[in-house]
Amino acid sequence: MNLVLDVAWTHVRSRARQTFVAVAGVATGVGFSIMMAALMQGSQDDFIRQLVNALPHITVSDERRVPPEQPAETAFEAAHMYGLTPETRRRGIKNPLATMASFEAWLPGGVAPSVRVQGIIRYASRDVGTSIFGIDPTRELKVSDLAKQMRQGTLRSLYTATNAIILGDRLAEKIGAKIGANITIQTSEGARITAQVVGLFHAGVRSVDEGTAYVLVRAAQILAQQTGLVNELRVRVADPMSAREISSRIESETGYKSVSWQEAHEDLLSTFVIRNVIMYTIVGAILLVASFGTYNIISTITHEKARDIAIMKSLGLNERTVRAMFVVEALIIGFAGGLIGFMLGYLLCLALGSIEFKSPFMDTNRIPLAYSAWHYSIAMLVALASSLAAGFMPARKAARANPVDIIRGAT
Amino acid sequence: MSANGRPLIEARGVTRILPGVVPTTLVHDIDLKIGHNEFVAVTGPSGSGKSSLLYLLGVLDMSTEGEVLIRGKSTGHMSEEERAATRLSELGFVFQFHFLLPEFSALDNIVLPMRALGRLSREEMRERAAGLLDSLGLAEHQNKRPDQLSGGQRQRVAVARSLANDPPLILADEPTGSLDSKASEQVFQILRNLVDRQSKTVVAVTHDLGLAERMDRRVQLMDGGIVSDSALNQ
Repeated sequence: MNLVLDVAWTHVRSRARQTFVAVAGVATGVGFSIMMAALMQGSQDDFIRQLVNALPHITVSDERRVPPEQPAETAFEAAHMYGLTPETRRRGIKNPLATMASFEAWLPGGVAPSVRVQGIIRYASRDVGTSIFGIDPTRELKVSDLAKQMRQGTLRSLYTATNAIILGDRLAEKIGAKIGANITIQTSEGARITAQVVGLFHAGVRSVDEGTAYVLVRAAQILAQQTGLVNELRVRVADPMSAREISSRIESETGYKSVSWQEAHEDLLSTFVIRNVIMYTIVGAILLVASFGTYNIISTITHEKARDIAIMKSLGLNERTVRAMFVVEALIIGFAGGLIGFMLGYLLCLALGSIEFKSPFMDTNRIPLAYSAWHYSIAMLVALASSLAAGFMPARKAARANPVDIIRGAT
Repeated sequence: MSANGRPLIEARGVTRILPGVVPTTLVHDIDLKIGHNEFVAVTGPSGSGKSSLLYLLGVLDMSTEGEVLIRGKSTGHMSEEERAATRLSELGFVFQFHFLLPEFSALDNIVLPMRALGRLSREEMRERAAGLLDSLGLAEHQNKRPDQLSGGQRQRVAVARSLANDPPLILADEPTGSLDSKASEQVFQILRNLVDRQSKTVVAVTHDLGLAERMDRRVQLMDGGIVSDSALNQ
């Protein structure tokens, strides 16, 4: 074994109790950091997963981010014009099939057409404002998890009645409708149809489950009172995290407003940044406190070993070697604490993950936890870095000590 | 002196003053030349600067004025690393209290400076350390830790450690000061043999005038200065 490592190992081994306390301090810090990271990351991942799965990754609508210029504005040069009546354009995405085909040529994922209509669902004297989506059940499979989210019925149930409708389970509960119930849908365009409830879905996002219904494209076009209308394209991409970039490309190519799931939930996602800052601050604080333990033990060892340091220096060991011995001791404590902390963290995660509970805010009955090698690596790196910093200062002081002063004191 | 007339170690006008509110002069204007194969006793009353001189000669401490030369090479401008390397290869220290590392066996204590120098293989180091212990009558104690040895045995291990890298100069600070008369005689004989049989130079600080009389040369200090040197008096 290397001389530095050998002396360092002998020192930490010969002070088993103190070493144990320091290692336990680091291990506790690392273990709880891993648990905290798993908890925070797990809940965040679970939340994002629900957001991602509740809606298509990208929604292309027939709107424009910037309203198109009016013909008068292009025809006349004027500082400002008053009283112009905006040009009325036909709603919907132009040539939706061709647009979808062009997307499919480069887009890694699927595209489906839909017709979005705002309407009121009436049943048993209850009126609820609802977003009604006209979908193609076959294509819908490619762009959303709706088929998996069905609690009763299937997507193909939409074909089983003339005007069939699938409701969010909370919406159905709100109006008291069950499978087979005939409900009335009325839109602002003045259309009114009676539809039969053929299925219930549960997306896990309250706003969606309470305010969304699905019908066939044809039925939605009747509600919008526009034959052949497709006012939304629903896109799902292979990597949900790439949705923002793909969405910008779609928008720049088509001119239509294209909204990724990240943009739709920007306010929620921005809170994660704050959450992560809080999490890493807490994790850092835990490990910092643990590093005080390491500082303490290395300080104690160097203090107790002052005479040995003087002897080693009188034998001819230089400052660098002596300093390295105590730094290595700190690293041994940090590394051992890190390894035990790994086990502690994993066991804490297992224990936390085994707790069952009922929450009105979550679908799952267990705490979502993320098991990531990153959490372990970062915790170990921070533990080693803090141990290094904690060990370096007393080690440097010890190595710089004048051996003569110590030898005189000892004799 | 060596064959080329150059002393093994030389102090030229060495003064050491400890800084402080009231500066303390430990030694002043020391001029001393010690050649190869000498057995020198440094004597004097307590506080006369004997140990301070030894630490200055051993480049453990640095002089405020003057310089120490080892084999003609000035140590005054050496870096900390160079001084450490000089101690490692040119000097061996023996202190009044054995100062062995308590967690290491007798053998490992002797191997330690060899490992720091790194000239020998692991097997050669252990073989040499065992040989040194054997030559000092400690063959059966090589795996014992210092707390398992008697005072005399510990001091003999300390002498063996000072010889680990085969240095030409051994500096001993009251090597028999903490031993009974029997152990004291044993350690003295070992030092004597180092000079007589291995041509080492031994500089030993001692209070024991009887012991000093049996050494080849006596340097007497008083109030930080040399008051007599038997080599010069002859």
